[in-house]
Amino acid sequence: MFLKAKRLYRLALGPVLMLLSLASAGALAANAKVNEVNMPPGVTEIGHRIYDLHMIILWICVIIGLLVFGVMFYSIYYHRKSRGVTPATFHESTRVEIAWTVVPFLILIGMAVPATSTLLDIYDFDDAELDIMVTGYQWKWKYEYLNEEGENVVFFSNLRTPQSEIYNTELKGEHYLLEVDEPVVIPVDTKVRFLVTANDVIHSWWVPELAVKKDAIPGFINETWSKASEIGIYRGQCAELCGRDHGFMPIVVNVVSQEDYDVWLSQKQAEAAEIKELMAQTFSLDELMQRGKTVYERNCQACHGANGEGGVGTAIAGGAIATGEVSGHLEVGINGVPGTAMQAFGGQLNDVDMAAVITYQRNAFGNNMGDMVQPIDVFNHKRG
Amino acid sequence: MGDHHHGPAKGLSRWLFTTNHKDIGTMYLWFSFSMFILGGAFAMIIRAELFQPGMQLVDPAFFNQMTTLHGLVMVFGAIMPSFVGLANWMIPMMIGAPDMALPRMNNWSFWILPPAFLIMASTLFMEGGAPNFGWTFYAPLSTTYAPPSVTYFIFSIHVLGLSSIMGSINIIATVMNMRAPGMTYMKMPLFVWTWLITAFLLVSVMPVLAGAVTMMLMDIHYGTSFFSAAGGGDPVLFQHIFWFFGHPEVYIIILPAFGVVSQIIPTFARKPLFGYDSMVYATASIAFLSFIVWAHHMYTVGMPVAGELFFMYATMLIAVPTGVKVFNWVTTMWRGAMSFETPMLFCLGFLVLFTIGGFTGLMLSIAPADFQYHDSYFVVAHFHYVMVAGAVFSMSAAVYYWLPKWCGRMYSEAMGKTHFWISFIGFNLAFFPQHFVGLAGMPRRIPDYALQFADFNMLSSIGAFIYGASQILFLYNVIATIVSGKPTSEEKTWEGADGLEWTVATPAPYHTFETPPQVR
Repeated sequence: MFLKAKRLYRLALGPVLMLLSLASAGALAANAKVNEVNMPPGVTEIGHRIYDLHMIILWICVIIGLLVFGVMFYSIYYHRKSRGVTPATFHESTRVEIAWTVVPFLILIGMAVPATSTLLDIYDFDDAELDIMVTGYQWKWKYEYLNEEGENVVFFSNLRTPQSEIYNTELKGEHYLLEVDEPVVIPVDTKVRFLVTANDVIHSWWVPELAVKKDAIPGFINETWSKASEIGIYRGQCAELCGRDHGFMPIVVNVVSQEDYDVWLSQKQAEAAEIKELMAQTFSLDELMQRGKTVYERNCQACHGANGEGGVGTAIAGGAIATGEVSGHLEVGINGVPGTAMQAFGGQLNDVDMAAVITYQRNAFGNNMGDMVQPIDVFNHKRG
Repeated sequence: MGDHHHGPAKGLSRWLFTTNHKDIGTMYLWFSFSMFILGGAFAMIIRAELFQPGMQLVDPAFFNQMTTLHGLVMVFGAIMPSFVGLANWMIPMMIGAPDMALPRMNNWSFWILPPAFLIMASTLFMEGGAPNFGWTFYAPLSTTYAPPSVTYFIFSIHVLGLSSIMGSINIIATVMNMRAPGMTYMKMPLFVWTWLITAFLLVSVMPVLAGAVTMMLMDIHYGTSFFSAAGGGDPVLFQHIFWFFGHPEVYIIILPAFGVVSQIIPTFARKPLFGYDSMVYATASIAFLSFIVWAHHMYTVGMPVAGELFFMYATMLIAVPTGVKVFNWVTTMWRGAMSFETPMLFCLGFLVLFTIGGFTGLMLSIAPADFQYHDSYFVVAHFHYVMVAGAVFSMSAAVYYWLPKWCGRMYSEAMGKTHFWISFIGFNLAFFPQHFVGLAGMPRRIPDYALQFADFNMLSSIGAFIYGASQILFLYNVIATIVSGKPTSEEKTWEGADGLEWTVATPAPYHTFETPPQVR
């Protein structure tokens, strides 16, 4: 109740707040992010320059606006018929008309100069110290740390907000819709080059505080870069309409110290090595079921339901694929079903996770098929 | 023969087979208003879902269908046909012509519109749902990943384009051939001028749109790869083609609005339009520039820096002729004798809000800053300020301004003013906060948003509901005027009005200017 009242109070104050905050946009910028009214200056030099450019143009517009509207309202007030004025009859003045063509043109040149120099710097991709390949998928991001030694770190980053928060059966968390299971981690004060592409449709990788927005276009690779000067967590979202879950593919960038980054990187590399090892192993049903449950919850549940009852996707409990041939099940899991929301997970899950989740689907939710899929089966299916 | 000159045929066939510019104009206006209500209903669904964070009313897929249909219906169904209707009604009367130059084609260009929209609306009931890829329908979301109904959508776009082209050819032929003796180009009312230029824009770019959707059709059904990199095509090619149509399109929407405002402001300022010649040149320059700035919608697709610079400079240049127009309107008011009837209120509202939309447009033109604005709610705010406050406000002004001439009855001034103020307040409440959430990082076309955007979105939704409701008042006022408004037979409804349309009887007879008037 108290919360509601507070909300209403803020609502009523809304318009006042807006005016106030416009006037003191700078002062408020330091405060919490709720009801933010301006662009974040961000934590990069380019971001600051874009912010300054934005503010300069805004103020030029405000001044021109005040002049034009001032003249207009002066006329509205003093030159109205009810005051008994006789209208003038003039209707042109070459001199005035030339003046208000030339003066705005000069103002535009004044704006174009800083804009050009900022743009040229944004396009300077030289001397990047770290390359990260960003690939947009419907509806998640894949990050690949490109390393000269070839030991690439690869992972997917999914929305972490649970469906229960989205569908209002649970209270929403602080970072509602802006949280992921695996954030991008980059070192502070390092020029990071992002190579942006997409796997299916066009997405756009946007993190306002890093002053980066670049379209991810299937079949083409775009470049952009950022150099964060402050340690922290920065959040963004996909900015190009990419289908049903366009609103649900956030981006979280974790800017850390060089030492923390090194620790994180070696951890990820160790994980990758471990997976490689696991791929050659054979697992028991229990092991597969346990791992499969986690994988299912992360990747399948949103469409197929917590109990395999279906939803956007078909039902897995008693479903034709999960209770049919193993090879058919592998085919759908690895290559997806073209023309439907069922994606090809072959490139997204490693062979261990794929084997585990398929085993899980065949034995959970009352399916009880009793068969198992091992990583080697996934590998063989991929090889054809 | 005799009958033909005395009045309309009776019954349904009057409307089905009519070649009379006033009948066709009326049908266009009613059709566009019904589309305005339909597109508005879609917008209300969008704003209701966005009233609070979380998914409450609709599925995200349906939300995307709503954003797509809202845009398509408003642009192609509401705004464009409304100005074509106005052109049909007013251009012959303003240039002293008896009718449009190609009256039978005129009938066709109207009557293919309703079926086209029926097809588009029917996709809502098809397997896989209506188009869900945004009104810009970027490939490959609109090709490889589209619902099956996209084929119907393509057909519908083709028919709409056909209608627009026929309408434009008619307007060009009428203006060029049927002006009264003595009416030189530089004596034409500005509404006629802006429509002549608009018609040229339309015949130039509608075929481009037709080309784009045909290429989509080929990609979907005939195995070509225009927009698929896997087959040697390029998804960005779609955007270049689309925006080569799409940017002039926004001027197709706004130029006739400029024309309307240029007719109305002098009337209520009781002073001739300031800078008629520079208005004409500014309109022509805007039209020319509109062809060379399309890629400013695509700053983030990864163009080379030279391309970005070119499109940035060209886009910034549009501020110059647009500024000239605004300065001219303001100077028209300067030292006039103004009164504030409803049409004037809507024009003043237009002037203030359109100027704000112009400013944000200038901000958007600056490529580095656009990297932050692009595809955020800042853009949504910007284009609603130019399209709603620009096109819809001026259209409301036009209806109030010419309604007495059309039906010989006076609308209720009190209700008209109420309509204006509710619209004005609702509109600003709806769209001003969107600048803030956009700058703070809220992307457009999302069905749900993070908590920090909650308050402004709630305000925005409340404003949208208010603005939507005010249109019901508008509808009521117009119907009440037609049915039972105070009869008026003055030729000049407004003291300061000027132009040939104010020299004919009120209400305007079914056939005007059987002998052409002499213009001096």
